[in-house]
Amino acid sequence: MTELNILESIRSAMDEEMDRDASVMVLGEDVGKKGGVFGATEGLWSKYGGKRVLDTPLSEGMIAGAAAGAALYGLRPIAEMQFADFVYPAFNQIVSEISRMRYRSNGTFELPMVIRMPYGGGVHGALYHSQSNESYFTSTVGLKVVAPGTPADAKGLLKAAIRDPDPVLFFEHKKTYRLFKAEVPDDGTVVPIGLADVPRRGKDLSIFCYGLMRTYALEAAETLAREDGIEAEVIDLRSLRPLDRGTILASVKKTGKALVVHEANRFGGFGAEVAAMIAEEAFESLDGPVTRLAGPDVPGVPYHHALEDWFMLNPTKIVDAARKLAAY
Amino acid sequence: MLSESKADTKPRHRELGLSDDDVIAMYRQMLLARAVDERMWLMQRAGKIAFIISGQGHEGAQVGITWPMRRGQDWMAPYYRSIAATLTFGMSVEDIITAHLAKGDDVSSGGRQMPGHYGGAPYNIVSVSSPVGTQVLHAAGLAMGAWVRGDDSVAITYFGEGTANQGEIHEAMNFAGVHKLPVIFVCENNGYAISVPLAQQVAGGSVAARANGYGMPGVTVDGGDVLACYAAGREAHARARRGEGPSLIEANVVRMTSHSSDDDQRRYRDPDEVAALKERDPLIVFSRELHALGVLTDEAEEALRTEAKAEVNEAAKRAESRPEPDPSRAELFVYAGSPAEAR
Repeated sequence: MTELNILESIRSAMDEEMDRDASVMVLGEDVGKKGGVFGATEGLWSKYGGKRVLDTPLSEGMIAGAAAGAALYGLRPIAEMQFADFVYPAFNQIVSEISRMRYRSNGTFELPMVIRMPYGGGVHGALYHSQSNESYFTSTVGLKVVAPGTPADAKGLLKAAIRDPDPVLFFEHKKTYRLFKAEVPDDGTVVPIGLADVPRRGKDLSIFCYGLMRTYALEAAETLAREDGIEAEVIDLRSLRPLDRGTILASVKKTGKALVVHEANRFGGFGAEVAAMIAEEAFESLDGPVTRLAGPDVPGVPYHHALEDWFMLNPTKIVDAARKLAAY
Repeated sequence: MLSESKADTKPRHRELGLSDDDVIAMYRQMLLARAVDERMWLMQRAGKIAFIISGQGHEGAQVGITWPMRRGQDWMAPYYRSIAATLTFGMSVEDIITAHLAKGDDVSSGGRQMPGHYGGAPYNIVSVSSPVGTQVLHAAGLAMGAWVRGDDSVAITYFGEGTANQGEIHEAMNFAGVHKLPVIFVCENNGYAISVPLAQQVAGGSVAARANGYGMPGVTVDGGDVLACYAAGREAHARARRGEGPSLIEANVVRMTSHSSDDDQRRYRDPDEVAALKERDPLIVFSRELHALGVLTDEAEEALRTEAKAEVNEAAKRAESRPEPDPSRAELFVYAGSPAEAR
């Protein structure tokens, strides 16, 4: 075990996979000599050279499209979008091409590739450096979408994503990059995509979350236990697509109450899918309204700290929502 | 335009290193592409095919430029008019017809994609989609793959002059130019993006001229001049293999049909213009040249035509007897695992 933060875990996963498999490469803006604007690829350029750690022109469509071409050629590219906010020029490649290549070729072509994207607010990034835009991609069939919340998951899931035969969009909450350190296995552990984690057991209500919200939900659960005697179960989804329905439904069947928490805005957000699935498949067990706690429906996180604080979820907001739900 | 066979001058094709058999094979490939294309229209009118998008008029450019590509080693990212190009790169006539009939074991998509969306993993031909220009980035990425690995492999991609205005074309060419990637960009300029003419699509009138801004050579060739197309393709291929980077070839071709079976070009094209297209038909132009070079006789040409028709007839027969797709398999190949796993 080694103590790592999430950023170090991501770097370590890429390093180990590049070392293990010569077909793994990294491409993106500033990923080379600089090591990425967040430092995720630091050290890789000097270790693996400028071809396998490729600084690209400032062209997100190209980053995604060329990664797809390289995957067709037999490489396993890890493409970095500098911010999830800047992925839209690549939207055509991701949605029209990358997600559909296997299906439209009747299973004869596949695209084993990863697109890493720093997402999320709380870092004074305003409308264009704070977005949580995962639902555009979770609603696109053919993509896998992953959003880890701990260093061990960041490393293990990224390793799984790199080895996966399908395209994986890997969402990294940028506020978690250096938020805390935790033990990460040194033995090359791979965390399978498609399984939720249950970091806290509880009988009174279930909180579904991912990314930064895992940390906030666990903090909220401690407050609820201490101040209200409410035992919340916290389910870190980790993998948004495929979704671990079994773990979600088993938890709701036990607690009868579901609170879905995400930073992305509420309308049509990923929580809507989780809520609908619970309503359809666990209706008999419900003892309160399936509840969403999400970012407000404004076009982005506003800049000023007072405005940003207003936008952002936090443990207190989760506690409040949980109390209301628990009262049913 | 033609080299007269003087004693001290080699015929033009020999200057290019092509034998008599080579140029006949090229012409045969063009005849075959035309024959299958015409058959598709007939089958569309007979109600057997819902939609057809044609390559008639583009065959000379496609066969000439594609000829130097090495099957099984190089890669192709084609577009919807690439019947002659995909045939030249290894697809069979039956593959083309099967794709149009959307049969269950069609190599392109197993009946999942519209006609004209070619692809074939066994041939290194990337599956085509409908948003135009996306394939050009795939070609740049394939070339990047070869460059990263240090392989001797070249990618070629084709698109129209209308598509040349998509941002992804700019992104692909700039990227390929920066890293000197082994890729050939082929713009088949037929003067129309469905109904909108070149002057309203391409500022300055030349796609090839843009190459200068991307740090690569841009050449314009007459798509009716098959040997000139071959020479341009051969040079671009050799340049890519020498590690000198990408090339842009703009081939001026004619669109001899409407944009597709859902279009009627009489609404926007002058009848005189359409009537004059025959003079620029690459099959006619190349046939004349081969006759002048003395490598093709009327009898031999007739035999080639008969042969092409027979091949198309037989391929169509075989294609029609292939199984239809099975809806119980429609959920397969969304992800690598079984459909249930990926929910």
